[in-house]
Amino acid sequence: MGLSVNMEKRLGSFCLASSLEAPDGTTALLGASGCGKTMTLKCIAGIVKPDRGRIVLNDRVLFDKEKGINLPPQERKVGYLFQNYGLFPNMTVEKNLLCAAPGNRREKAELLADTLRRFRLEGLEKRYPAQLSGGQQQRVALARILCRRPEVILLDEPLSALDSSLRWELELEIGELLSDFPGPIVWVSHHPGEVFRNCSRVCVMEQGRTQPIQTREQLFRTPQTPAAARLAGWENILPAIANGQSVTLPQWGLTLNLARSVPRETSHAAIRAASITPAQPGTQGAFPCRVVRRIPDIPGCTLLLQPETANPDAPFLRMQTQDAPREDILWVTVRPEDILLLR
Amino acid sequence: MDWFPLWNSLRIAGISAFFVFFAGIFAAYWIARLPRLIKGALDVVLTLPLVLPPTVIGYLLLRLLGPRRILGAWLLEQFGIKVVMSWWSAIFATGVVIFPLMYRTARGAFEAFDETLAYSAQTLGLSNTWIFWHLRLPCCRQGILAGVVLAFARALGEYGATSMIAGYTPGRTATISTTVYQLWQTNNDALAARWVLVNLAISAAVLLAVNLLERPRREGRKPWAFL
Repeated sequence: MGLSVNMEKRLGSFCLASSLEAPDGTTALLGASGCGKTMTLKCIAGIVKPDRGRIVLNDRVLFDKEKGINLPPQERKVGYLFQNYGLFPNMTVEKNLLCAAPGNRREKAELLADTLRRFRLEGLEKRYPAQLSGGQQQRVALARILCRRPEVILLDEPLSALDSSLRWELELEIGELLSDFPGPIVWVSHHPGEVFRNCSRVCVMEQGRTQPIQTREQLFRTPQTPAAARLAGWENILPAIANGQSVTLPQWGLTLNLARSVPRETSHAAIRAASITPAQPGTQGAFPCRVVRRIPDIPGCTLLLQPETANPDAPFLRMQTQDAPREDILWVTVRPEDILLLR
Repeated sequence: MDWFPLWNSLRIAGISAFFVFFAGIFAAYWIARLPRLIKGALDVVLTLPLVLPPTVIGYLLLRLLGPRRILGAWLLEQFGIKVVMSWWSAIFATGVVIFPLMYRTARGAFEAFDETLAYSAQTLGLSNTWIFWHLRLPCCRQGILAGVVLAFARALGEYGATSMIAGYTPGRTATISTTVYQLWQTNNDALAARWVLVNLAISAAVLLAVNLLERPRREGRKPWAFL
């Protein structure tokens, strides 16, 4: 049971290859903008036709290239919450809900009354979408989707259109309204915090390719790939070469001793900005850096550092401190266990 | 003053605008879906009457509908209908001339339509026919209405093609524009001026209507707030 996607789609020079198993519950599709998340949802919903592959929802084949099956979006029972909600601007809230409701007139009326109550939309029936707040629009859109009794719900960056003070509130609200939905939910986002709070499983997507699904703990504590580490909030990610018990970062001209064996397939190393600490000059394992910029941040300050041994075009080292140092050369160190090795 | 030209102009413009209204909308909707090459070619053909001199359109129509030409001869033979030189001949002329106006405005309106709304409706199980009538048309209503009003106004003022295909017969095929020309030719300046004033008044009223239709959009309000 659940949603099973395995498909490819070519769009000009961009190649999308999605492979995703979403059981009941919330699965995140996490990736940077333009990596193909929305395109994946559109293929699941039947708006875009994949070039090859198979999409199955609860034992119902939605798309199968080889068998020539391609159900129209109307028959897929896929609830799709669009980024801008897709409410019909020429219809009132009531009509927006009714046009999705099945059944005869009496059943529709009952469903409408019930939905208005559940989604706290009473009194707004006669309003047009343009006359609603962002939160109300989102509730109408979710209510309308659920009126159709979908078997899967796709949320396409549901909070991206909102300012940050509203985001938090609406995030809680979505979770609440969808808490009794029995089927799979796919939550597309580029926001790690949002994903961590709402989704138990995460599928990372990079440049059109999905990576194997991980639990949120796996992804955020020990990401496996550079893309995953970036999305999980690691600020410093650099190519690395395994070197017995130490790791060499060629761009910074540094070799850091990890006091543990470094897997041969290591390709990158990641260090959080918060795990870099100042050190006394000359301390074992510490290295000197030039302070390039001091950026006030919440809380404290973000420093952009350039290790003295670094190539001129290497990325800066990002470091988070409580207060900005006065000196222009700063010695810093990082604990070996805070260096994350990536494949 | 004989008001026949006014009545004749209005009925010709009204009937041709009525047909062009539907033809323009469906052409715009249908052509938007075609492959790019065919779309480009059809677009040129359908927009051509906008830039051609009306006399050229009149000439082409006569070549097609004249009593000794392919279509005209066939119609005369089969149904005994003589297509040229009657009051409703002018409907063909104005229809062809105003079609691009309707087609272009409708296409512009359809292109401005947010396709996500259609996708959203599809995933809610609503048919494409439903989407066209309940969503696409209502959302594009203003642009389409402005288009048909503009087409009607242009039809009222059509002279070149009309005079070629319907001629000028007082009380039978005379329209405002052909009457003004005829009166001026025959040195009846005073009456010509009166018809000019009538024409000015109608055109001004129509343009005012177009402006009213387009106003809400310019003020940044939602188009449907006006409806």
